[in-house]
Amino acid sequence: MEHLINIVLLGLLMLAGFAIVRTKSLLAVAMLTSIYSLLSASLFVVLDAVDVALTEAAIGAGISTILMLAAIALTSDEEKAPRHTPLLPLFVVIATGAALIYGTLDMPRFGDPAAPAHRHVAPTYLQDTPTAIGIPNVVTSVLASYRSYDTLGEVTVIFTAGTGVLALLGFRPRRRNTEDTGRKKLVILRVVAKLFFPLILLFALYVLFHGDYGPGGGFQAGVIFATGFILYALAFGLSNSQQLIPHQLLYVMAAAGVLIYGLVGIASMLLGGKFLEYQVLANDPVTGQHVGILLIETGVAITVAAVVLIIYYGFVSRRPAPGDI
Amino acid sequence: MQGPLGLYNYWIVIVLMMTGFYIVIARPNLIKKIVGLFVFQTSVFIFFITMAKVEDGTAPIIQEGVNLYSNPLPHVLILTAIVVSLATTALGLALVVRIRESYGTINEDDIHVQDEAS
Amino acid sequence: MLTENLVALQVVVPLIFAPVCLLLGKSRHAWACALTVSWLALGIATLLVTRVATIGTQSYAIGAWAAPIGIEYRVDMAGALIIFIIAAIGAMVMSYARRSIEHEIAAENSGYFYACYLLCLTGLLGIAATGDAFNMFVFLEISSLSSYVLISLGTTRRALTAAFQYLVMGTIGATFILIGVGMLYMMTGTLNMMDLAQRLPGVDDTRTIRVAFAFVTIGVSIKLALFPLHLWLPNAYTFAPSVVSAFVAATATKVGIYVLLRFFFTVFGIHFSFVAMHVGEILMVLAVVAMLVASLVAIFQDNIKRMLAYSSVAQIGYMILGISLATSAGVTAGMIHLFNHALIKCALFLCMGNIFLRLGSVELHDLRGLAQQMPWTMAVFVIGGLSLIGVPLTSGFISKWYLVSAVLDAGLWPLAVLILLASLFALIYIGRVVEAAYFSKPDPTAKKVREAPASMLIPAWLLIGANLYIGVDASLLAGIARQGADILIGAGVP
Repeated sequence: MEHLINIVLLGLLMLAGFAIVRTKSLLAVAMLTSIYSLLSASLFVVLDAVDVALTEAAIGAGISTILMLAAIALTSDEEKAPRHTPLLPLFVVIATGAALIYGTLDMPRFGDPAAPAHRHVAPTYLQDTPTAIGIPNVVTSVLASYRSYDTLGEVTVIFTAGTGVLALLGFRPRRRNTEDTGRKKLVILRVVAKLFFPLILLFALYVLFHGDYGPGGGFQAGVIFATGFILYALAFGLSNSQQLIPHQLLYVMAAAGVLIYGLVGIASMLLGGKFLEYQVLANDPVTGQHVGILLIETGVAITVAAVVLIIYYGFVSRRPAPGDI
Repeated sequence: MQGPLGLYNYWIVIVLMMTGFYIVIARPNLIKKIVGLFVFQTSVFIFFITMAKVEDGTAPIIQEGVNLYSNPLPHVLILTAIVVSLATTALGLALVVRIRESYGTINEDDIHVQDEAS
Repeated sequence: MLTENLVALQVVVPLIFAPVCLLLGKSRHAWACALTVSWLALGIATLLVTRVATIGTQSYAIGAWAAPIGIEYRVDMAGALIIFIIAAIGAMVMSYARRSIEHEIAAENSGYFYACYLLCLTGLLGIAATGDAFNMFVFLEISSLSSYVLISLGTTRRALTAAFQYLVMGTIGATFILIGVGMLYMMTGTLNMMDLAQRLPGVDDTRTIRVAFAFVTIGVSIKLALFPLHLWLPNAYTFAPSVVSAFVAATATKVGIYVLLRFFFTVFGIHFSFVAMHVGEILMVLAVVAMLVASLVAIFQDNIKRMLAYSSVAQIGYMILGISLATSAGVTAGMIHLFNHALIKCALFLCMGNIFLRLGSVELHDLRGLAQQMPWTMAVFVIGGLSLIGVPLTSGFISKWYLVSAVLDAGLWPLAVLILLASLFALIYIGRVVEAAYFSKPDPTAKKVREAPASMLIPAWLLIGANLYIGVDASLLAGIARQGADILIGAGVP
């Protein structure tokens, strides 16, 4: 049964991929990309990667699609045909693909429990997590403790993106009442948005604190939190949503998350441990792990929420360039 | 599944990767290029998650009575890589918006013509 | 607390101050913050080099999770040398930056600029310090994403397209590296470089590992702009703000070369890389073509920044040529040239910053007679240029000397001839600029300009001073480079 779902999803992914190549309307491409991402998220669920699925759905199908739509609104929708016949690219792609297929021939078979990848480091994580970290979700324990430093790098990456979008697109808070009045007619959207807004924020907190036990964690929580504000902006206009969080606060939040993460590391050094050695944060090593993971996950959530909002506001508060070519 | 058929998953994933790669290098539209990068990267994520799967295993969340789990490490790596992909998409699109504002086009061939003329 | 955590602090200090810089915003404090952190990083790097030289390779388990369970920072002599040159260039460039940035970048963007600079520094230092293949990918992305932003802040709209082109090629490169690392993990179950090195010999006769090797090599080659994957580089260096050109040209491609060294020698091992995969022969051909073709193209450039960019592609060829020999002497020569070229190119691009500040242009025909008006700046250019050619008493001569002797040791005397031929091309392109600045009559309608301010001259002269010092006494640098090369090749004590 799993194999069947697997094949169907992979087949659909191929269809979506080819459709993206062929489609000329960029709006349609953006929707197809979103579908592509949702399909991969479903595939991740089948392949037991629930945390990854949640993230892919939120980031790939959600935020990335919104950004693409915003960018298309600011540029243009139609794709022109290429001037050259794509023979060279075709050759490069076929050669690369052939090399990869050649490389698969000595790979362990799909799902093989005896594959080297499952025999060396991974079993340690699975065996030690309940005792050394004291939480059931091994993905969270590896992400937030064993390979916590990668996650610090990841927060830094997203912080870099936020800084970059600020530098490129700026950030212009809109004054009140400059919005189009057409939105007032969207009664259903506004009622639903008002209803859902607090629920989404609540859900974000749930995902943040539940990350130790089930799928979720700081990153997903941050994205969901930001999504709440994006929904609010869609229903009530940009200026109203920006009044909920002033933009100076977003800067502070974006920086604060990275700082919290880094300072947890510095604190563990000052307490005589290594960088990001949570054990020294409390008397009992397992409690120390809990404290450390909670702090850094909160840091991640704050930075991610702020940066996603900064990027979103950066795109939508930019006015379309005059004239269409 | 034994024999070379046990690799079918990887082969389809490679076709997906190459679809994205092709869009990046063959399409002159800058937004399409970013979409291509997105598809390319997402397909690489599928490759990692596929290798993490253990037959009959479950999601790596420790439970009573379960002793076969899929490999959590590739999941962690891909969580990080998804974020990197978002960062790349956001920056790339921001650049596209600025390019459109100063060139009036997002077609690589047209931009090239304008650069040659100046 | 300080000494045992030195390796971590080297990367973490700039990382933590990047958000601080963002909060400081457009005030001068952002520059002061970036400057202080850069000098702090140089201080830490100096301590680190001494520590590695006295007590050997530094290994640091982040989070106290011993490798391969956790992420390891591992700095040997080769890594320490790279860290030191990055930090030194960072400190020089930031000391120089304030006036140039005020001139070239809108005031409201300066806070973002300094934050991105610190992020780029963090990423580069992280790559050089890490002993974990995936962690390297993460820091590679930090440095790449921030450098896309830095380049896009250039003064013309072509900076935007240059940054976009770099983003696309850089992301393809990074994704190739990710595929390669994934395959390595698949076959060995580990991401730690030392652990990979131990476990690979058991599986290296598989098609998967061969493909992994190819993907990592191609991915890194895009990042280090190895001919013919260098297409992003000329535009990026030409249209970036002057300070960014100087910083990125002196550090980013160098770190790429370091990553290549790590993978070839530490992870895959010299036998697999050079005997089984024949990467030496391929690299040698590409290196020679890069040296000759890029130098030749440089001769025909009228924009001097673009000329220097092509010259960089050629100089990367020299470094790769040394590495492709896979001998202790060859790798030593590659590393010496890596260090020297960072000093030379940084000084030359800073020189361009001075000229752009006063003249608003770096086109060759606008430079006529400039030597009378900006003598100190042009003197930097002349000495840097002589060094690029490889004239005795400059560091460039030391590079060429070691490279030519390594090539002759390997019995490849025709290569020595080609190296000299490429130097001749360098003489021509540097000569064109010198001819214009010193021996051409200035355009009578051209505006009179003043010499650049001292804050911009002193860092450039410090770099030139270091360059001349190495030209006279290269024993310290050569000793460190030899020690690093021996560790890489496996002849020395790890």
